[in-house]
Amino acid sequence: MSALSKVVRAGVGRKRVQTLVMVLTTMMSVTACILATGLLVAAQGPYQRSFTAQHGAHLNVLYDPAKASPAQLAATAGAPGVTASSGPYPALTVQAHAGTDTKVPPPGSPLPPMTLVGRAQDGPMDGLRITTGRWVAGPGEVVFLDGHSPLAVGDSMQFPDLPGKPVLKVVGLASSVSWSADGWIAPEQVAGLTAPGTVPAAQYLYRFAHAGTDAEVTADRAALAAAVPGGALARVTSYRPAQEAANRTASTFVPFVTAFGVLGLAMSVLIIGVVVSGAVGAATRRIGILKALGFTPAQVARAYVGQALIPAGVGTALGVLGGNLLSVPVLGLAHKALRGGLLGIPLWVDVVVAVVALAAVAGTALVPALRAGRLRTVEALAVGRAGTGTGGAADRGRSARRGGTDGRVARGRELIGRLPVPRAFSLGLATPLNRPARSVTTAAAVALGTIGVTLSVGLTLSLGAFQDGLTAGRSDQVLVEVPFDGSTPVDHVDEAAVAKAIEARPGVRAWYSSAPSTAVPAGSTSRSQVVAFSGDTSRSGYQLVSGRWFQGPGEIVVGATFLRANQAKVGDTIALTDHGRSVPTKITGEILATDDMVFVDRATLAPLGNTVHTEASSFHIDLTPGTDAHAYADALDEAVSPMGLTAEPGGQHISIVMLAMNTLAVTLTVLLSVVAGLGVLNTVLLDTRERVHDLGVLKALGMSPRQTVGMVLTSVCGSGLVAGLIGVPLGILVHHAVMPAMARAAGVGVPEADLTVFDLSVVGPLILGGLVLALLGAALPATWAARTRTVTALRTE
Amino acid sequence: MNAPIIRIRGVSRTYDRSDAARPALAGIDLEVRAGEALAVLGRSGSGKSTLLNLIAGLDRPSEGRVEVDGVAVHELGEAALAEYRRTRIGMVFQFFNLLDDLNVLDNVLLPAQLAGMRREQARARAEELLERLGVARHARAFPGRLSGGERQRVAVARALMNRPPLLLADEPTGALDTASAADVRDLLRGLNEEGQTILLVTHDTALAEACARRTIELLDGRLVRDTADVPSPEAVR
Repeated sequence: MSALSKVVRAGVGRKRVQTLVMVLTTMMSVTACILATGLLVAAQGPYQRSFTAQHGAHLNVLYDPAKASPAQLAATAGAPGVTASSGPYPALTVQAHAGTDTKVPPPGSPLPPMTLVGRAQDGPMDGLRITTGRWVAGPGEVVFLDGHSPLAVGDSMQFPDLPGKPVLKVVGLASSVSWSADGWIAPEQVAGLTAPGTVPAAQYLYRFAHAGTDAEVTADRAALAAAVPGGALARVTSYRPAQEAANRTASTFVPFVTAFGVLGLAMSVLIIGVVVSGAVGAATRRIGILKALGFTPAQVARAYVGQALIPAGVGTALGVLGGNLLSVPVLGLAHKALRGGLLGIPLWVDVVVAVVALAAVAGTALVPALRAGRLRTVEALAVGRAGTGTGGAADRGRSARRGGTDGRVARGRELIGRLPVPRAFSLGLATPLNRPARSVTTAAAVALGTIGVTLSVGLTLSLGAFQDGLTAGRSDQVLVEVPFDGSTPVDHVDEAAVAKAIEARPGVRAWYSSAPSTAVPAGSTSRSQVVAFSGDTSRSGYQLVSGRWFQGPGEIVVGATFLRANQAKVGDTIALTDHGRSVPTKITGEILATDDMVFVDRATLAPLGNTVHTEASSFHIDLTPGTDAHAYADALDEAVSPMGLTAEPGGQHISIVMLAMNTLAVTLTVLLSVVAGLGVLNTVLLDTRERVHDLGVLKALGMSPRQTVGMVLTSVCGSGLVAGLIGVPLGILVHHAVMPAMARAAGVGVPEADLTVFDLSVVGPLILGGLVLALLGAALPATWAARTRTVTALRTE
Repeated sequence: MNAPIIRIRGVSRTYDRSDAARPALAGIDLEVRAGEALAVLGRSGSGKSTLLNLIAGLDRPSEGRVEVDGVAVHELGEAALAEYRRTRIGMVFQFFNLLDDLNVLDNVLLPAQLAGMRREQARARAEELLERLGVARHARAFPGRLSGGERQRVAVARALMNRPPLLLADEPTGALDTASAADVRDLLRGLNEEGQTILLVTHDTALAEACARRTIELLDGRLVRDTADVPSPEAVR
């Protein structure tokens, strides 16, 4: 082994704590970078990636076998533009009920109508990927489309209306990029689920040469329709809505993942810089010894770059491993939210992040190593002995430099010394003045960590409020509605009786009813969803992006999609039409809604007459504080159930996308916080090590362990507080940039209330968060300092 | 005769725990009376500094008892040791051990501040000591600007700040030129004449002769000579 190698290995082994900190810092930094980069890559065209991987279908067609022969259907594979097809698969649209073993929904309750297809898991197209449980092993089992299962795995559903009352057990959930069915069963099960007198539809899946636009997909559909007898196409589903929804969802991830990625990268570079340059700087005296023994400046530089690269290499390897392991649940969640994308980190991400991390380490090590290599040997040898010299000229100069011929530093120390705090604390508060550059860098890293925490907290609060706004109609305290299986015709809802039942029970603060309908905005070819309200909507929870809520007939509030589709803006007048009748309305506000929504007072629709449905199907009840929502709902349910209605407590609804975003934000924040904490730990460790002799002197003069801990902890208080004071406002600014960008990507605006989530009760703890982060990082070195034996510290040079 | 301020019984200190290890100190018994000035002599590695460290509570004996001013130092925990060092002893080191980033006044104030003395009271005491030791004009200077002798005077002022009953000095002239060493010698002798108990560890026989009325000598961790055991000429007569 060469002398250089021995020096490098000995250096790594001797400074174990410092080596460990370097390993941990690079590990956490690389983990955070890999995760953030992986997420960014995952958010790039996730649908297309999954579409290719799972051999997705552009069109999913159900044919009526009574109107086309098997040969005619098979011939559709040769229709113009078709590049691949698969089928026929028998498909059934069924009405099932929950089994006797379900918890949610209640046993025996009707389930929504669903399309079940009998096929194998794999096939030439639309490969199904099991996400939970397993594939069907035979009759009696069903696998549902992940994210759209009405039942949990293990539950059963029954078909009481079919001969033999068959029962199916849910054995798994699967993802289908083509969304080709609600569930899949064994082909031999199909006959048992086919109602007498009916035949299963024939499902075919198609891929086309050109299907990139809606117009191309429409043309493809026309080509299929032309290939079979008229009326044979029972149902056609395009991949485009799913693709657009997935891409829109993916786009919402990009702004905040980018923000976290940039924060993580900047912080990692800063911390690695502090750690590595500190490690090299701390070894200056050793470098002097090496030079005295004959090492050249280049050998010294190589030795110390190597000494930094060994722990950094270990940390990078562990970080790559950690990033990949952590990516499994995180990307899995993102995959669910994005309906596709990556499930693992691509190799090139591992390689690029590792190379960049090691290059950053080498780069930051090289500068101080070269400086140390060029240092005059005698000066290098003298470093670390300041204050112990004999008072010679060199010693005096060195002491003077440390001691404060720099007037500002000296004045700063004196001012801090006059603070009315115990001396141990004022000594600690003055510590950052010893190494101002290092202290500033560490404070910057803590500030970046604080920005990350602020952004994460803000996103969580904003996304929560955003979600509340989107699901306002479902989150009322008590909801009375027509069961979703459609068993009770809405025409039969006796609104007056329901109103009487609602008001007959104490505890109601306000209530309103809503009636879902549709109408065509004048000049448009597509129908918009219209919700007609009646009653007191002041506590409805719907959120306005701009303008105001409607105040009576003739006024509407609409979603961003409506405004875009009709090129309208708040304040415009637009007519709603139906079957030749129209009613002019004024848009008074933009509501937070992802769909093409119009909210109106029910009276607004009166001029449209009976052409639109305006019977209420939901009643939304807000209770006075202190009223038991469950008890109220139970009592009301007894009253409304004879009318075919149900009364249930409303609830918060958390979408998988919001859950994924919150999880990602929290994961990245934890990583950033740990990196920031490690940066503080390293800085305090370096400061403490460099001043261990002074520490010995202080202990010899009577500084107690508690005072020592206090001194070390207060040494980071200033940096922590400054980091909090700088980081929190910056974090709020980043939040105010990221949140609207996410909303824009989702095609909606952000209500002001969802953006202004930082009140004093949030900002205060966040500012202190920087301090807490710094104190946590300093806790370990403080304990170490308190435990250091005085006599050992005094002997340390 | 004054009561013993230091009482050491059967003290040994071994750093290496193996059986073959040679103890740094072995079976030391020693008493030092209040007002005495004791010089501990011996070659390098004889155990002088180890003895001083044990008395100062900077290190713990492997065996035996160390009592100073009625305090069983060997039994104290870290916090109590800190309190002990603040109130019972003052230390002067060979290389001064002044904190370079504090000026002279702040260095001297430190022990009082750590002990929680009131600011005005501490300042008055520090200024009095600096005046008495002839370094008052350097109160605002940083240690790096002072000569070795001046630094050691500042270190002595710091050691006396909390009026400790015992002053411990570890080679106080070891890093000084001849003139400064003589200066510090005079200072310590003067302090002892004023009643300050001093225990100093030194190679400097001139210092020992000038300051100490009693000397002990250590060799390989054992006490081999104690002038207190030698009858004084007056006693012989």
